[in-house]
Amino acid sequence: MSLSLDPAAGRAPKVVRPSDGALRRFFNVNRASIGTLAVFVAMIAIFAAASPRVFLHWPIYSSVLVTLPVALCLVVPLVFIVTVGEIDLSFPATMGFSAWIFALVVQAGYSPFLGIAGAVVTGMALGYAVGALVVLAGLSSLIATLGMNYMLRGLILIVTQGKSIALLQLQDTTAATLFSTDLFGVPVQVFWALAFVVLAGILFNHHRFGARVKAAGDNPDSAAQMGINVNDVRIATYVFMGVGAALAGVLSTMVNFTWWPTTGDGYLLPAIASVFVGGTPTWGGVGTIAGGAIGALIVAFIQSGIVAAGLSGFYVQFFNGLIIILSLIGHRWNQRRFR
Amino acid sequence: MTERLIELKNIAKSYGRVFAVGGVNFHVDRGEVVGLIGDNGAGKSTLIKMLAGAIAPTSGEIVVRGEAVTGWNAARSRDAGVETVFQDRALAVQQTIVRNIFMGREITGWFGLLDQRKERSEAERLMREIGFTSKVFSPDSIVGQLSGGERQGVALARAIYNKADLIVMDEPTTALSLTETEKVFRFVRAVRSSGRSVLFIGHNIHHVFDIAERFVVMDRGTVALQATKAEIGTAERLISYMEKLAHPQGTATYDSDQSISGSRA
Repeated sequence: MSLSLDPAAGRAPKVVRPSDGALRRFFNVNRASIGTLAVFVAMIAIFAAASPRVFLHWPIYSSVLVTLPVALCLVVPLVFIVTVGEIDLSFPATMGFSAWIFALVVQAGYSPFLGIAGAVVTGMALGYAVGALVVLAGLSSLIATLGMNYMLRGLILIVTQGKSIALLQLQDTTAATLFSTDLFGVPVQVFWALAFVVLAGILFNHHRFGARVKAAGDNPDSAAQMGINVNDVRIATYVFMGVGAALAGVLSTMVNFTWWPTTGDGYLLPAIASVFVGGTPTWGGVGTIAGGAIGALIVAFIQSGIVAAGLSGFYVQFFNGLIIILSLIGHRWNQRRFR
Repeated sequence: MTERLIELKNIAKSYGRVFAVGGVNFHVDRGEVVGLIGDNGAGKSTLIKMLAGAIAPTSGEIVVRGEAVTGWNAARSRDAGVETVFQDRALAVQQTIVRNIFMGREITGWFGLLDQRKERSEAERLMREIGFTSKVFSPDSIVGQLSGGERQGVALARAIYNKADLIVMDEPTTALSLTETEKVFRFVRAVRSSGRSVLFIGHNIHHVFDIAERFVVMDRGTVALQATKAEIGTAERLISYMEKLAHPQGTATYDSDQSISGSRA
């Protein structure tokens, strides 16, 4: 048998790739968030099967919806920070600090709306300070923001001596109607939080800022070479985190018109878990706002779901961890990694 | 009459008393592909970093379109239309082709919102201009899915969008297969026929000889040879010239002196 030097003789049939239809493209672009949604649906189905009496009725959902808005305001900006390749552990203290300013303004007799503005400005200023510390001083964001969290919380405790502030004068105000009532049986805060999520989604996916956040997180050298000020972009994500933390602080204070010096403390780990359960990877450059929001929903549901399903409260932490690990494995399998 | 795009006059770069580049005269005309070759440590990298404005020359003059430019730096270099394409570091691999082309220069409408439709059609136009089209990928494909040659295409499309008149390609074919190299050559020819210039740096002399029309050979910080393809004749003559540069005694034995100067400038 002689060797054929005609390339056509040994050529494999041409590879035909499936066409890039609109539906297929939608699925590919939203792979991570659709995967997260599938996890959520499966989880609810399991809960509903375990305890149909509870999960086929509204009250369980309505109770989760009380804590969800605060979580959403924290998780969504955190997706920006993780995408740019950093992390923030200082947002609980920023949340408490901003809400403190809100409480002080209201306590002094000014309009709650002025209080909200004050809280947002405070959040942005603290976010800038944290971001500048990390980026300009070149510190590890993991450690530096942990330090800032302790420092800011300590400052609150020193000044207030651990005393809470009751804001009963907020009752029956316009602000209370806007932020503290129910609409169609759903806490009105849910709608504000959803509006924030949508706004952040537009910023992330359809705005120059989101494009630069992803570019800077993906390849900072290349982004800098193309004229993007990578440091400014990184600091801006911390400023946006400050805005989210301030809104979260105001919403949580509005739930029962009291500010506690510990406001925000319980949200650190659930918010971070939600980002990664949602399908945003740890290495930067890509992220998903919708996934993060659904991740927050999953994390919010685990606790009430497990208790409602008839298990004792001792199971909560175990299942919290299980869901996080299973989600990470699922995303690893579902998403292709390019770096 | 060809237009002189950029000219380096007696450019030198020294670190202390050591000259990385010592008194180089070098120019690129509009619409030509110049091959820059030389051994490691010959000063190629220093030269292209000076072109990009990343490092400042110690002495000499840079003339752009007939006018001497003072205070040459990265911004001046960009204004002059020089863009450097590095092989690996240039692209954000998790982003789409569109996002890479418009990185830092997004097309936006109201409030900084991306005009994604316009970006997409502009990307398609740029990719068509250099013959960089395929049924397999679209402007929305992730760059990480592309081959090395295709990534060079994205980098070139981006350089064209940034209105580069001189695209400096630093070893664009070093890690590429034969067909991938051919693809990059096709892009380079398309870029040239659109009136732009390319400075092509390579180690593989066959590659450089194939694509360039004029050659600049550097050796130990100076220009050893500037010649057109016609003057040189064949790639083999260029290779034997390079060998004589490396081994002046005409022996093919290991040259210890050469290995000392072998660190990359």
